[in-house]
Amino acid sequence: MFAWRADLAPDRDGSSRFLPWIIALMVYLAGLALAATMVLEQIAGRWSASLRGSVTVVVEPSVRDGGADIDARVEAALGVIRTTPGVLSAAPLTMDDLASLVEPWLGEDLLSMGLPIPRLIDVALDGDGGLDLAGLAERLETAAPGSRIDDHKIWLRKVLRLAHAVELTAVVVVALIALAAAATVMFATRTGLAVQRDVIEVLHLIGARDSYVARQFQGKAASLALRGGLLGLTLTGVTVTALWLAARDLEGSLPPAVRLAPPFLTGLAALPLAAAAIASITARVTVMRFLARML
Amino acid sequence: MAGANHLVRFENVGLRYGDEPEVLRDITFHLGPGSYHFLTGSSGAGKTSLLRLMYLAHRPSRGLVSVLDRDVAMMPRDELPGLRRRIGVIFQNFRLLDHLSAVDNVALPLRIAGGPKDVIREQAAELLTWVGLGDLLDAPPRTLSDGEKQRVAIARAVINRPSLLLADEPTGSVDHNQGSRILRLFEELNKIGTTVVLATHDRTIVERHAHPVLHLERGTLSVHRNAGAAKGGT
Ligand SMILES: Nc1ncnc2c1ncn2[C@@H]1O[C@H](COP(=O)(O)OP(=O)(O)OP(=O)(O)O)[C@@H](O)[C@H]1O
Ligand SMILES: [Mg+2]
Repeated sequence: MFAWRADLAPDRDGSSRFLPWIIALMVYLAGLALAATMVLEQIAGRWSASLRGSVTVVVEPSVRDGGADIDARVEAALGVIRTTPGVLSAAPLTMDDLASLVEPWLGEDLLSMGLPIPRLIDVALDGDGGLDLAGLAERLETAAPGSRIDDHKIWLRKVLRLAHAVELTAVVVVALIALAAAATVMFATRTGLAVQRDVIEVLHLIGARDSYVARQFQGKAASLALRGGLLGLTLTGVTVTALWLAARDLEGSLPPAVRLAPPFLTGLAALPLAAAAIASITARVTVMRFLARML
Repeated sequence: MAGANHLVRFENVGLRYGDEPEVLRDITFHLGPGSYHFLTGSSGAGKTSLLRLMYLAHRPSRGLVSVLDRDVAMMPRDELPGLRRRIGVIFQNFRLLDHLSAVDNVALPLRIAGGPKDVIREQAAELLTWVGLGDLLDAPPRTLSDGEKQRVAIARAVINRPSLLLADEPTGSVDHNQGSRILRLFEELNKIGTTVVLATHDRTIVERHAHPVLHLERGTLSVHRNAGAAKGGT
């Protein structure tokens, strides 16, 4: 299968033995990078969906210039928030909610001890871009001193920026792998050219054009790369499946969110073809440049 | 061949390999279209080197080489294949491709020129049968005797009906009978207009045929009329 019947002597230079293995390894690494990107993208996407459309308003317990009592300031803040266009609803977290939030860190008795803790107001937004956060913050500061907006988006943006940086890194890794694959094919082709010099001379003397000779090398390189690529793809499939099963055993929330997305599967399936294409193009360029020096 | 007075033209040609002294010196001769010449000379005299210049394996170190009306030294690389396809070569050491069967070796010039696959194989098989190798179509060259290899090489050289046929010791490995058969094939090809140059050590071949002789001696060429020779050349 995928054997290339050529005018060139097969296997004389050994490249047909090692090239598929190297390509297999490269496709495997590229496949893993793709898989990591997919997982990251889906997790980031899920976070972004769950966090988008809400902000939290924090009302501090004590204000230096002696603001009103905290309950009054929470009421005032609620009044301002609810009359702001773009807000769907706003609800203060109850003392019980707050207690359960701080309990793991500060212990049960905190609230009964009367320690001042900040109050939180959960604000649901209508869509994403409609609200003037800066304007709201200003009006809150006037109506209820000591309150501020804790914007999830700031944090989210940082997380997403990190996720994109990781994705970009994966893309760079795949590009470097492609370069390394091209270099490997180039060296294998050069060896082949040196070993088969005599055959090439005969082909030339019989009237073969450089492109005819190049096609022989292209066909061979592409078929070897395709074989290696399919092997690498199989390894990627095995590894991804094993990791997915292991993650499912953890009963975490990760596996349900991570689906085998069609674009990812397409990208994965394209890897062996990309390897074959890179091999073919590299072989052609290498051969044509080499032959240009022969008569 | 209107206008083509000389199929092959050498003027003051010199050839050296690397920095060594010239192996061919001041070679001047012309071959008319349809001519038939022997090329003789002792071993190492430069016969193969001279043929290599004619089949465009080398450019001359100096002087003018013109083949089929094209100046070889001036020719751009990408025009060489077209010219080479009109030249049939029987190499001294056959130079068959080891990993191709006999019939695929013979078919190679047609495949390179392009054409329908089944027709190509049929033609190659027919020609191989004609040279007596009908039973060995799919044999790899390494399993063939030298004489059989030689016949495969000859079939490969003539399958494209070349205008110029260059044979380097084409009867060196075959018995007398096969040799006569091969020589008859060349005579036939020559009759239909193929220009032939046949390099040989074998005096008896030269004596039996009335073709002019290009004789090389230590890198210099002299042209002799052979007993009763009338055809071609100067
Ligand atoms: N590729 C090469 N590099 C260097 N020297 C060469 C090369 N080919 C041939 N020569 C030298 O050129 C000279 C002529 O060689 P050539 O092969 O043309 O002789 P020849 O007449 O064909 O001999 P033979 O009858 O033995 O085949 C010899 O001295 C040989 O050593
Ligand atoms: Mg010789």
